[in-house]
Amino acid sequence: MSYQVNGHTVEHDEEGYITNLADWNKELALEIARTENIEMDDERWEVVNFLRDYYEEYQIAPAVRVLIKAIKKSMGPEKGNNKYMYELFPYGPAKQACKIAGLPKPTGCV
Amino acid sequence: MSTLHTVNKSPFTNTGLQSCLDHCKDGDAVLMIEDGVYGALAETVMAERVAGRIGAVSLYVLLPDAAARGLAEKRMLNGIAGVDYEGFVDLVADHDRTLAWL
Amino acid sequence: MSEIKKFLYVNRKAPYGTIYALESLEVVLIGAAFDQDVSLAFLDDGVFQLTRGQDTGALGVKNFSPTFRALGDYDVTKLFVERESLDERGLSEADLQEIMYEDEDDGWAEKPSIRIVSRAEMADLMADQDVVLSF
Repeated sequence: MSYQVNGHTVEHDEEGYITNLADWNKELALEIARTENIEMDDERWEVVNFLRDYYEEYQIAPAVRVLIKAIKKSMGPEKGNNKYMYELFPYGPAKQACKIAGLPKPTGCV
Repeated sequence: MSTLHTVNKSPFTNTGLQSCLDHCKDGDAVLMIEDGVYGALAETVMAERVAGRIGAVSLYVLLPDAAARGLAEKRMLNGIAGVDYEGFVDLVADHDRTLAWL
Repeated sequence: MSEIKKFLYVNRKAPYGTIYALESLEVVLIGAAFDQDVSLAFLDDGVFQLTRGQDTGALGVKNFSPTFRALGDYDVTKLFVERESLDERGLSEADLQEIMYEDEDDGWAEKPSIRIVSRAEMADLMADQDVVLSF
């Protein structure tokens, strides 16, 4: 199973998470988003970039409640809430945004 | 309020038994299982440390594990009681929590 | 189901030689979804999990030591480290990484998650739990 971006093949697992985190780039993110029926805009990129920074610092993809709390602290309550985040990523902000960000499935997702 | 401690490694290759003895409280129970049963032997470098807690702490050895390893009860320290699997379950049920020293 | 229980995760193994340390951390992160009173204990070789300067680059395995710093986000804020275990291994508190959390009940003040305790205090902590999970 793989994504095709600019003639490159990027492997992913059965749920669509890429196998090698180093394969990620913005074009790939757009391709993953397309398969998720998500149109990337500034607001969504903000969350995806936030997740990548979080992973870079802590080496985990946060659980959804942890992500929302962290976004609230970093960007304020108008963005750090369930409604806003599920509007951006209807199938789950942690799951969908993590997939687009090229991260593993969130730890603590039950 | 007391704790059942289980030890499943030989005290001659692993610090689990020593650490257990250092952390268990008077009134607790220590059950030696798997390779932990070697901790029940008399005349070893560990024997004195184990024997030193007998009385304050209830010490048990799981007999099927001891038998499998050919440890006769006469080789074991006095004051260590043998239990079968049913006795193991009773010990778990009779204590407030179980702490495994892996 | 809403009764809050005291959970203690006991960590006695060094980080990369076996899978125990990583498994423990993952169970803690997953378990944090359930509102319980969680404490982590680090004793014996478990204290090596928290040392600074871990770099697994040449091993090709994940360095999960930074993940301990995310525990505060998961409301896991009590990491008890045994002083005697540090001493025996030539370590001091300064050799451990700094792990902070923000105290919601105190104006989000930053506070250290690591608490150095004596062996006797560790024994008291163990005796004060509803559930103990060992790794």
